Amino acid sequence: MQVFSSKKIYDFMRLRFASIGLSFVLVIGSIILLFTQGLNYGIDFSGGTLVQIKYTNKNAPLDDIRNILNQNEALKGASVTEFGSSDEVVIRFSSSSDSLGKDVGDTIVKMLSSTGDIELRRVDIVGPKVGGELRQKGLMAILVSFALILVYIAIRFEWRFAMAAIISEIHDIVIVIGAISLFQIDVNLDTLAAILTVLGYSLNDTIIIFDRIRESIKESKSTNLGSIINESVSATLSRTTLTSGTTLFTVLILFFYGGDMIHGFSLALIVGVIAGTLSSIFVASPLLMWFNFSVSNYRTKELDKIKKKEEKERLRAMYEKGQL
Amino acid sequence: MRNQKTKSITYRFYVLVFVTLFGIFLSVPSFFSINGPKINLGLDLQGGLHMLLGVETNEAIKSKVKSIASSINYSFNKENILTDGFKSNDGVIHFELLDKDDTAKVDKIIKELKGLKVSVNNSFYEITLTPEEEVQTAKFAIDQAVETIRNRLDLFGLSEPTVAKQGEDKILVEIPGVKTAEDEQRAKDLIAKAAHLQLMEVDRAKADQGNMLSPEEAASYGDIILPDVKDKNIKYVLKELPILDGSMLIDARVGFSDKTAQPVINFTLNSEGAKIFGDFTGKKVGHQLAIVLDGKVYSAPRINERIGGGSGQISGNFSVEEAHDLAIALRSGALLAPVKLLEKRSVGPSLGADSIEQSLVALLGVFLMIVVFMGVYYGISGLFANIALISNIFLLVAVMALFGATLTLPGMAGIVLTVGMAVDANVIINERIRELIRDGVNLRDAINNGYHNAMSAILDSNLTTLITSAALYAYGTGAIKGFAVTMSIGIIASMITAIIGTHALFDLFANRIEKSGNTRLWFGYRRV
Repeated sequence: MQVFSSKKIYDFMRLRFASIGLSFVLVIGSIILLFTQGLNYGIDFSGGTLVQIKYTNKNAPLDDIRNILNQNEALKGASVTEFGSSDEVVIRFSSSSDSLGKDVGDTIVKMLSSTGDIELRRVDIVGPKVGGELRQKGLMAILVSFALILVYIAIRFEWRFAMAAIISEIHDIVIVIGAISLFQIDVNLDTLAAILTVLGYSLNDTIIIFDRIRESIKESKSTNLGSIINESVSATLSRTTLTSGTTLFTVLILFFYGGDMIHGFSLALIVGVIAGTLSSIFVASPLLMWFNFSVSNYRTKELDKIKKKEEKERLRAMYEKGQL
Repeated sequence: MRNQKTKSITYRFYVLVFVTLFGIFLSVPSFFSINGPKINLGLDLQGGLHMLLGVETNEAIKSKVKSIASSINYSFNKENILTDGFKSNDGVIHFELLDKDDTAKVDKIIKELKGLKVSVNNSFYEITLTPEEEVQTAKFAIDQAVETIRNRLDLFGLSEPTVAKQGEDKILVEIPGVKTAEDEQRAKDLIAKAAHLQLMEVDRAKADQGNMLSPEEAASYGDIILPDVKDKNIKYVLKELPILDGSMLIDARVGFSDKTAQPVINFTLNSEGAKIFGDFTGKKVGHQLAIVLDGKVYSAPRINERIGGGSGQISGNFSVEEAHDLAIALRSGALLAPVKLLEKRSVGPSLGADSIEQSLVALLGVFLMIVVFMGVYYGISGLFANIALISNIFLLVAVMALFGATLTLPGMAGIVLTVGMAVDANVIINERIRELIRDGVNLRDAINNGYHNAMSAILDSNLTTLITSAALYAYGTGAIKGFAVTMSIGIIASMITAIIGTHALFDLFANRIEKSGNTRLWFGYRRV
């Protein structure tokens, strides 16, 4: 079985103005969303308390819960939402307690014991100091991995490839963050893990296409970068579609059957996988053209490299013979 | 061509067999209840209590200064050195030396105690810790807190608690399998209990002014006002400097009072403590001695005679359980500095079980989908990829079990995702082989060159993913670290099984593939 004709070369580069334009709109849109709608920081980053409870014999009485909580000065305005099903509730508020003996979680459970048989499922309390630290570490994780990737690709390919890859990565991440803002997904440690996974995944995609471009440059007779890119993207199209397809299906399954705990995580992944796949074709590759990547220069450099290597081997062979 | 017929069993085959057997053997204990290396389930999957505690090291410094003050005061009394206004406030000891002739003696006493900074102004002394000593004290307080909390939880009998220092001044406590809110409360109380035992002298002159003096007034007399443990309205005026504190305690056991049959705690002091206690009680017959625990007075008996031997008793309205926990706390030592809660995550066991179930459903769904898809799309080479995938899952579980890695909920998602992406290498390889077949290369060469051509793309893409996992591991905490570990092991495992493993199977069948020449059957692709 096969999906794409193996001979046909699709002219992706003809679409480059349209596709970069679309990317531009998406990225700008995401940035606007970020500033207008903002991010919904979960308690991991903002600090606060989250209590998840389950009613074992009835649906959760949301109004009763709100009334009871509102009677307490500190818990006024706590957000009370259904979680997954109608018998499960998540209560969130921004204060946290730092005394070990009695924490807010316990207080809430006691206050709500009159509303029915409840089972305490989860209590998360994050102090403000820890939240700030986690936020900082999250940002560091992203920046450090960017720097490492930049260096790696620059060494393995060439600096223009590295720049193009990083820009398309930033593009993907901005769009994922835009989606996180749009769907008001809680930004917590899981979401951060999802963003970093998208980073890894979309880079994967980009590298596989770049690897093909590098190979084609060495083998193709054409010096026209556009046609080389078209050739390479077309040749990897089956792989791209299949792998993205299975991965997308995977995250869809996670989204629908993975449970509510990883809902935000998988939604961010869905957007990321789609954006990552498209960006490796429609953003990373055209960027190479914009960076004035010169095929003939690259060939000369590669030839030089090969020559140097041969020279080295020749010298070594002579040396070894001399030894013998 | 014929005579260079490749061997069908190559080193790759041994690698595949070894890796698969290794994977199956070492993952069995994780799936069934058999002894052996097992994957640790994270607290989010098995339920339990996770806490990040902060240590208030400033308090440790203050109390260290206070205990130094006690021992200076004890020496002064012994040597008959007269002072006025001997106090220890906020980490500074103040006093005025009344007789200048004693200066040399004072200097000698202070010199014996290391790490002190002394400034003298006209017989007014001010003593603090040196900055290095403060750093040292803070560090010691954290290490001691880790040790103490660990001892207490061990004595409490909870299943395998983890207590570890995190960063400069934090302590991570993880207690798996805390089932009920009561258990959790008891564990928290046990950790939080400072267990700071002090024996203090009741200020005889002001004994009945407990409810009239303000704390500031009391402080000006070098006194402190502390409430009774049972009745907050009863207040004691005590000499601020304790006679001795719990650091000289060597044992604490639950006993029962002869008179009331109530549980009490019998404690024993070390030889130095016993000596100080004996000296004090000998000198102050008729005075009241207060037994103070964590800032509350448990009892204040009158001293009838000198008490030698260095043992005493704390009585109070304890339940047997309270007395038991308190004795544990005293025995394992006082916390030099109070701890506060920075982060707490507790997950009920039912939620953990639900999470596991849902992740397994997702994993199974993904797995079935991929197995069917690969078989239909790539024919027998798709089946090879599936064999590699199964071996990959076993290998992943085995390696995680071997390292005692912790599987968390995002980690479960990571496994599901790894399975989704694991076939990537095989997709790349198979597409390359198809390309070569299309170009008319003979099948055996198509297979070998297909692997060769795909290699750099697979290596580069997997290595960059590994780099991001490493960044996740380095900067992540808890569950995120778990995710990074799972991802990394998954990537490495899939590189072994998908590249070497499937190649082994192709080697095994190479002759047959060549003979049949049926590309449709073997590669799901018709030669055009």
